[in-house]
Amino acid sequence: MSNLQESGPLLSVRDVAKFYGARVGCRDVSFDLWPGEVMGIVGESGSGKTTLLNCLAGQLTPDHGEVLFDTRTDGLKDTVRMSEPERRMLRRTDWAFVHQHAHEGLRMNVSAGGNVGERLMAVGARNYGQIREEALDWLGRVEISGERIDDRPSAFSGGMRQRLQIARNLVTGPRLVFMDEPTGGLDVSVQARLLDLLRGLVREMGLSAIIVTHDLAVVRLLADRLMVMKGGEVVEAGLTDQVLDDPQHGYTQLLVSSVLQV
Amino acid sequence: MDGQDQAYNFAYLDEQTKRMIRRAILKGLAVPGYQVPFASREMPMPYGWGTGGVQVSAAVMVPEDRFKVIDQGADDTTNAVSIRKFFEKTAGVAVTERTGEATVIQTRHRIPEEELGEGQVLVYQVPIPEPLRFLEPSEVETRKMHALEEYGLMHVKLYEDIARHGAISTAYAYPVKVEGRYVMDPSPIPKFDNPKMEMAAVQLFGAGREQRIYALPPYTKVVSLDFEDHPFDPSKADHPCDLCGAEDSYLDEVIVDDAGGRMFVCSDTDYCGTRQANGHRGALAAEDAA
Ligand SMILES: Nc1ncnc2c1ncn2[C@@H]1O[C@H](COP(=O)(O)OP(=O)(O)O)[C@@H](O)[C@H]1O
Ligand SMILES: [Mg+2]
Repeated sequence: MSNLQESGPLLSVRDVAKFYGARVGCRDVSFDLWPGEVMGIVGESGSGKTTLLNCLAGQLTPDHGEVLFDTRTDGLKDTVRMSEPERRMLRRTDWAFVHQHAHEGLRMNVSAGGNVGERLMAVGARNYGQIREEALDWLGRVEISGERIDDRPSAFSGGMRQRLQIARNLVTGPRLVFMDEPTGGLDVSVQARLLDLLRGLVREMGLSAIIVTHDLAVVRLLADRLMVMKGGEVVEAGLTDQVLDDPQHGYTQLLVSSVLQV
Repeated sequence: MDGQDQAYNFAYLDEQTKRMIRRAILKGLAVPGYQVPFASREMPMPYGWGTGGVQVSAAVMVPEDRFKVIDQGADDTTNAVSIRKFFEKTAGVAVTERTGEATVIQTRHRIPEEELGEGQVLVYQVPIPEPLRFLEPSEVETRKMHALEEYGLMHVKLYEDIARHGAISTAYAYPVKVEGRYVMDPSPIPKFDNPKMEMAAVQLFGAGREQRIYALPPYTKVVSLDFEDHPFDPSKADHPCDLCGAEDSYLDEVIVDDAGGRMFVCSDTDYCGTRQANGHRGALAAEDAA
């Protein structure tokens, strides 16, 4: 019986839909994400992945449905209907968002150390030495040399920027991480290194995450579970290995056979 | 109002505009440090010449006022003289260079050295009212940040200062927190002046181009932002004034000859002059100065 479970889901998505005028962004999406779980969302370009992720992360307001998050104070609470201050508070404490384009998630005119330190300062850190130490530690964890701490991300390569964005997001130990195509736009060898790093962090920190990607290699490596989207709807969902090794839906079969891969 | 040019309404602005500006001022006083939007009027002087301050002064001025204008502490710069003349002409008010005698003081870049008292009004000319602007260009976003007290970004700026220069190098327009609530740009006064902002006088801030007014009622708590391990330091040049010998005033460095000779003098000319008139002498003061 479900009430024997020690803790409930971290995120419970119920019948979410978002339309752009008459066009479907996403619709009829429901799922639960459990603490420590990584959910992958795959599908070709235009299938509604980003729309759904933005609805879940409070960046877009869904036209329908609920997005319940297990808040520290009140337990499960609908983030769509909570007040904006409350939602913004979640965004800079319990949630993290890694953008596909690192420049959207970084302050390009602020040093690497300042970028990592911002979330700490946002929640009240007021000791320069400690902020800097923490920033150095995190640069190390994402394999950026401590010597670069005072350089601006504009002087960084694409891969470094993305790793910096990840450090900036994880420094406050968020309970849920949203990622939109975190390896998109990077060279293949750079992608591999970033994936390795992400996998290490996910394991080490026991992260709960929702990762959007069109790259099946990414979900194969990172995701416990998978949702396959097409035309704004989830056409298949399940454990990653099961879905990838034994796809049931015709569209998933096409995806896996890499016919549709871009 | 005898000296007033009849072609103008008292203090140039029409009464309806003044009422609109006074409402903004009252709102600003009610919510210290909050930037109140107002419909800035065209003034007969260019932006950057203190049109925001001029409109605020015009809105609070009464015929009995004694008006003083300082620019970087001096009463005699072109900017200060033209604003003073403007109000002599349009309001017919008395003017003075004496800080203690003035009832309304309009200022650019300084707070007078002489402690201001109850009943006085200090009007600041403000170029950029938004302290978060340089890191967050979006006005929509900065307004939200103020509304929700999301001020982490302010410390990112101070962090960057220390990372680059080893200390908080911001020397002007040093950000403050007002009554534990709003973060405010004190206009480009030197940080040396920041501690003086907890004062008995009313402080009003006018930004003409940006159409914002904000205010500090008397005795408002004003705290300069800092880090525990890099506390705020309102330092000044480690030197006494070469003319009046003052050790507690803000100094300008002045080049005095072609050979690179220089001296330090009070930026507040009234303060310096008054001290000299009272017999105080600095190292380079002429012996027979009156
Ligand atoms: N801002 C928008 N305005 C109108 N249509 C949009 C907008 N954003 C996305 N769409 C449409 O919604 C659908 C889903 O897009 P998106 O969520 O970006 O998919 P994906 O991330 O899977 O590529 C597409 O048909 C897309 O054209
Ligand atoms: Mg997308």
